[in-house]
Amino acid sequence: MNIKADTDSDRIIGGIRERLAHDSGAKHVTGKAVYIDDMPEPGGLLHVLPVSSDKAHARITRLDLSAVRSFAGVVAVLTADDIAGTNDWGHAGLGDDRVFAGDLVEFAGQVIYAIVADSIALARDAAKLAVVEYQELPVILTVEQAQKAGSTHLAPRTLSRGDAATAIRQSEHQMSGRFVSGAQEHFYLETQISLAIPKEDGEVLLYSSTQDPSAVQSLVARILDLPSNMVAVEVRRLGGGFGGKETLATHFAAIAAIAASVTGHPCKVRLDRDDDMKMTGKRHEFFSDFSVGFDASGRINGLEVDFHPRCGNSLDQTTEVLARAAFHIDNCYYISDLRTTCHYWKTHTVSAVAFRGFGTPQGFLVIESILDRIARWLGLDPLAVRRANFYAAKGRDTTPFNARINHTDLNRLVDEIEQSADYATRRREIDNFNATSPFLKKGLALTPIKYGAGFGTSFLNQGGALLHVYKDGSIHLNHGGTEMGQGLHIKVAQVVAEVLQVDIDHIRISATTTEKVPNTIGTAASSGTDLNAGAARNAALEIKARLVDFLMDEYSVSDEHIEFLPNRVRVGNQEISFGELAGMAFFKRVSLSAAGYYRTEQSIYDPVAMTGEPHRYYVFGAAVAEVVIDTLSGENKVARVDILHDVGKSLNPAIDYGQLEGGFVQGMGWLTTEEVVWNDQGRLLTHAPSTYKIPAISDRPDDLRMKFVDWTSNIEDSIFHSKAIGEPPFCLGISVFAAISDAIAAVQPGAAAIDAPATPERILLALSR
Amino acid sequence: MAARSTIRLVHGGRIHQIDNIAPTMTVLEYLRQIRNLTGTKEGCAEGDCGACSVVVGYLDGQRLRYKAVNACIQFLPTLDGCQLLTVEDLARPDGQLHPVQTEMIRQHGSQCGFCTPGFIMSMFALWYENPGADKAAIKDALAGNLCRCTGYGPIVSAMQTALGQRDYAMHEAETLAQLQEIRPQTQLLLDSDKGVFVAPTSTRELVAAIKAYPEATLLAGGTDVGLWVTKMHRKLPVIIYTGKVKELGKTIETDDEFSIGAAVTYSELPAALSQAYPDFEQVLRRIGSVQVRNLGTIGGNIANGSPIGDTPPMLIAMGAELVLNGAEGSRRIPLEDYFLAYGKQDRRKGEFVERVIIPKPGAEQRFLAYKISKRFDQDISALCGAFNLTIMGGKLKAARIAFGGMAAIPKRATATEDALIGKDWNQAAIDAAVIALKTDYQPISDMRASAAYRETAAANLLRKAFAETEQAPKQTRILA
Repeated sequence: MNIKADTDSDRIIGGIRERLAHDSGAKHVTGKAVYIDDMPEPGGLLHVLPVSSDKAHARITRLDLSAVRSFAGVVAVLTADDIAGTNDWGHAGLGDDRVFAGDLVEFAGQVIYAIVADSIALARDAAKLAVVEYQELPVILTVEQAQKAGSTHLAPRTLSRGDAATAIRQSEHQMSGRFVSGAQEHFYLETQISLAIPKEDGEVLLYSSTQDPSAVQSLVARILDLPSNMVAVEVRRLGGGFGGKETLATHFAAIAAIAASVTGHPCKVRLDRDDDMKMTGKRHEFFSDFSVGFDASGRINGLEVDFHPRCGNSLDQTTEVLARAAFHIDNCYYISDLRTTCHYWKTHTVSAVAFRGFGTPQGFLVIESILDRIARWLGLDPLAVRRANFYAAKGRDTTPFNARINHTDLNRLVDEIEQSADYATRRREIDNFNATSPFLKKGLALTPIKYGAGFGTSFLNQGGALLHVYKDGSIHLNHGGTEMGQGLHIKVAQVVAEVLQVDIDHIRISATTTEKVPNTIGTAASSGTDLNAGAARNAALEIKARLVDFLMDEYSVSDEHIEFLPNRVRVGNQEISFGELAGMAFFKRVSLSAAGYYRTEQSIYDPVAMTGEPHRYYVFGAAVAEVVIDTLSGENKVARVDILHDVGKSLNPAIDYGQLEGGFVQGMGWLTTEEVVWNDQGRLLTHAPSTYKIPAISDRPDDLRMKFVDWTSNIEDSIFHSKAIGEPPFCLGISVFAAISDAIAAVQPGAAAIDAPATPERILLALSR
Repeated sequence: MAARSTIRLVHGGRIHQIDNIAPTMTVLEYLRQIRNLTGTKEGCAEGDCGACSVVVGYLDGQRLRYKAVNACIQFLPTLDGCQLLTVEDLARPDGQLHPVQTEMIRQHGSQCGFCTPGFIMSMFALWYENPGADKAAIKDALAGNLCRCTGYGPIVSAMQTALGQRDYAMHEAETLAQLQEIRPQTQLLLDSDKGVFVAPTSTRELVAAIKAYPEATLLAGGTDVGLWVTKMHRKLPVIIYTGKVKELGKTIETDDEFSIGAAVTYSELPAALSQAYPDFEQVLRRIGSVQVRNLGTIGGNIANGSPIGDTPPMLIAMGAELVLNGAEGSRRIPLEDYFLAYGKQDRRKGEFVERVIIPKPGAEQRFLAYKISKRFDQDISALCGAFNLTIMGGKLKAARIAFGGMAAIPKRATATEDALIGKDWNQAAIDAAVIALKTDYQPISDMRASAAYRETAAANLLRKAFAETEQAPKQTRILA
C-alpha cells in the first residue's frame, strides 16, 4: 500500500513547464490522427456541393434547378426555401450572412444553392445543368468606390485623447499619407468541412472543423428552427484554424445540417481548395489615412488615423477587429494627442473575418510604418525614433484609453535584444555593404510589440471544463477549447496533472463537444489556455477538495496532515496511490466528477465610446530582422531574425516556441509573399496555392534566433503565471517588412514608403520612385 | 500487340492487382476511397501543397529507388510496376517508427498535423536517397510541402537528426523481388466502360496506340494534365501514357549535343547538362517542387505549350530543337518555331514530342538565366529570362535571348538581339537594347505581376546579365 518516496526525482511526469510533445504528435506522423474527412463514412452518406455566384453584385432573376434535381445521383437541391428557421449563419446575428443567397448576391463566391448527391463528382456534373440568370447591379469593390457611394455597414467610431489636430498643426514637422496593408488568406491545410448525422426525433449530431462549437450549435439550431438541445457539435481536431474557422465554419455546418434534416441521411460538406478560398473571408485589408506631427527627435506630438478597411458584404466581427486595431495603434509608444477613427466600408467582396491578431497587426503596422517614415524624413535611425516615442515614466505611461503600461519591461526587453542581436555593429556593417554593393542592398530593423491579451468583450472571458476521475484513478478531461494544432489540449492536461499530482498518461484528452461542456466560447483571442485551463484547474481543485474532505473524515486527521505527492497522497505517515484513493472514495460515495468554470474579472470597456481597459494584461516582444533585396528585380531574402518574447512562465516551452516561430513566419508571409488579388469584376484570382503563396520552407530565415525572456513581472492572475502566445508572435513579422523598407531607404532615402505586402513588384516600384 | 489489362503494384508488402477503374483515378482517390487509407490528405488537389505526398518505389536497373510524388494529381495506372508507400507503411509491425517519424515527434515538427503525413513521406524519400543531405538539400527536398503552423524550423531539425539514424529495416530484398515480378514486360491496356488507359513500352507501340485512339489525351508526368481532371473537372476517357516508353526515357550525349527523350523527368536530367549550363540547373531546381520535378517531363512542358513554363525560354536561348514523331513520320524543328500562339503549337494531329536536342555551349558562350516569382521556391514565374551570349574581344558576337511570361508564348527577343549583336559589350549598348526590348514584348497584367513590372524587370534582367559578364563581375544574386 505504501509507495516509497523517490527523493531525487519525486516529480510527476508531464506537469507544468515540461516540454511535452503535442498530444497527437505520434498520431500525426503515422497518419492515425483522424480529421473529419478521415472518419469512416456512415451508411447512406450523401455529399453536398455548395454552388456559388460568379457575379459580385446581382439580382438573381431566374434560378431553374429542375435539371439539376432530376440528374441521376442527385438526392436534393437546397436553396433558401429549405431553411426552416433563420437564413443567417452570422455570429453577429445581423441577418447579413445568409446560408443561401436568396435573390440577391453580394460577392462572387456567395453560396446560392447546394446539391446533395451520391458523390461530389456527380454533384459537379449536375451543377452544369443549373440555369441561373442575373441582373447585374453596380459593383463596389474598392474603399474609394465605397466612400463615394456612401456604402457602409456602420457609423464611424472614434478613439481619441487630447487634441490631435492642434498638436499636429503646432508641431515642427507634419506628414500625412495613406498606408495600405493587404488581405490574407488563412490557408489552413484542412479545408472547411462538416459532417451532419440525423438522429432520433430530428436531433442532429454535427462533426465540424470549427473553433467555436457552441456557436455552431446555437446558430444551426436557429437555422433549423430547433432548440439548442437538439443539436450536438463535436470537434476532435482541426487541420488549422487561424481565425478562419471561428465564424466561417458555421456556414458549412449549417449547410450539412440542412441537408441531413431534409434528406434524413448523413451529409458531408467538404470544400475543395478553390471553393474554400472563393467562399470564405480573409484578413481585413486596411487603407489607413494618417496625419502626424512630430519634433526634431522624431517624437510624435499628435496623430490622426482613419482606418478604412475593406469589410466585404457583411459585418461579421469587423467591429471588434477594428476596435483592436484602434486599441493597438499606439503599440509601444506614448501618443499624447490622438484621434483614431474606424470606418466600416461595405464592398461586394467576401466578408473580411477574424485572422490571427484580429486587427492588432494592422494597427501595429500603421504606426510602425509611420515611425519608419518619420525616421527617413529626419534622417535618423528608425530605432532611435522608436525609442524617442516609447512609453516612459509617469506622464508618458498611459495608453489613449488610459491603461497604464509597464515601460520598464518594454525598455528592458528592447535593450536586451538590441545587445544580443548586435544591432549597432550590424547597422554599421550594413551601411558599409550598401555603400559598395551596387545591386544588392541590405536592411535592418528592430520592431517591438505590446499586445493586449484577452477578449475585448467581457462576456467572452469565461471557460468551462468537465473532469471525471474513474474508480481506477484514470482521468477523463474535457473542456470548451478546440485543438487546432496550437497544443491547447496538452497544456490543459499538464495543468490538471499538476493540480492532482498525477502523471500525464493518466489523463485522457477527449474531443470537444457541446454535450459535455455547454455554452463555451470560441477558441480565439489567444485565450484558449487562459480560460479553459483555468476552468480545468478549478474542476481539478474541486475534486481534490472532495478527496481531502473524504480523507479527513476517513482517517480522522486535519487537512494539514494530507499531502498530494506525485501519483499518491500522504495521510499522516501513510501513503496511498492516487488510483486506490479514487477507488476508496467511490466506495464511500464521493463524487469524482466536476464541472469546472472560470471567468476573468469583469473588464471595464465601452465598445461604442471606445473607452476603458479592454485587455487583461500585455505581452511584450521584439524582433530584429535583416534582409537583402535585389534592386533589379525586387526579390528579397530574410537573412537573419532575432526574437525576444515574453510568454510569462511558460506552461510548455516546446509548444510555446512552436507558436512563436509559426506565428512569426505567418506574419512575415502576410507582409511579403502573400497577396490576395481580385479582378475588376470582383472575382478572386488567387484561389489556390498555385497563385497564393504562403511561406515555403526556404522562406524561413536560415538564421532564426528565438528566446523567451527569463524574467517577467507584473503578471495578472493568469494560469500558473503563463501568458497568451497564440497571436502576439504574428506581429513580430513586421520586423521583416520594416527591414525591407530599410533596404529600400539605402537606395531611395526620401521615398522609402512601401505598401504591404512587400512583393518584388512593390519593392521595385518603391525603388524607382 | 500483347497487352495486360491489370495494373500491378506493390503496397503494404504485397502485390495488388487492380482493374476496372477510371483511367484518371488518382492515387489519392485510390488510397482514401478504395483502400480506406486516410493517412494521406488532400490539401489542394493541384500538386502545390504536398499534403498528399506519397513515395513511389521503382527499379533503377537492379537498384531500388524511392521518389516522393503528389498523389492528388498522379493517375493510379501510372504506378503499374511500382511500389507505393504511404504514411501508414513506415511504422513496423512491432510499433517501431521510422527515424523521420520519431524525430518529428521529438522535435515538435507537427502542430495541426494535417500536412504532416506529406512531410513524413518527403522526408522518408530524402532519408533513403540522400543520407548526406545538407541543410540546402533538405530545404530543397521539402519545398513542395507547405506547413501553415510550425514555421518549418522544427521540421528541418528533425530531418537533420533523422538522417544520421540508419537503424530501420527497409526489407529491400523482398521489395526488389516483388518489383521484379511485376516489372511491365508488355504494354498495359485498361479498357472498360470507365475509360481506356494505354501505356506503350516502345515508340512503335506508342505510334500504334495513337493510331488506334486518335482522340486520346497524351499523358506524360501529369503535372499539367492531372489538373485538367482535378481542378477543371474535365473528363478524359482515353489516355495514352508516355512514361513507360523506353526510348522516350533515354538521354543520349554526343560531342555536340544532348538528345533528351521527351519523357525524361526534370529529376532525371543528366548532370552533364547542368554542368554545361549551370544557370539552367539553378532555374530548374525552382520549377515546382521535388514532387513535381519527379513527375514533370521535359517534353510535357513543351507539348502543352504553357506560356509560363520555365524550360522553353531557356531551351530557346540555348538553341534547342524538337523532334516530333507520329504516324506520318518524324521531323526536327527549332523549338522557337514550335510555339505559334497562345495555346497553339506546331504539333500536328497524331504527332508527339519525341526528343529535345540541346547543343553544347561553345567555349566563349555565357548562358545566364533568371526566374522571378513572388515566392522563391515552388512558384510560377512572373517572368523568366534566358541569355545565351558569345562575347569576344569586348564585342557581342552572337546572342540568343528569350523570355517567358512576357508574351502569350515563350519568345525570342529578336529586336533586343539585333540591337546588341556586333556592338561593343558596354553600358551604352545595354541602354540601347533596353529600348529595343520594349518593342519585343507587350506583356499583360495578371495576379502574378503587372505589365509595367514585367517590362521593367525584363530590362533589369538584361542589365543583370551585363553586370555578370563584365570584367569585374558585381554581386547580383541574393543566393550566392
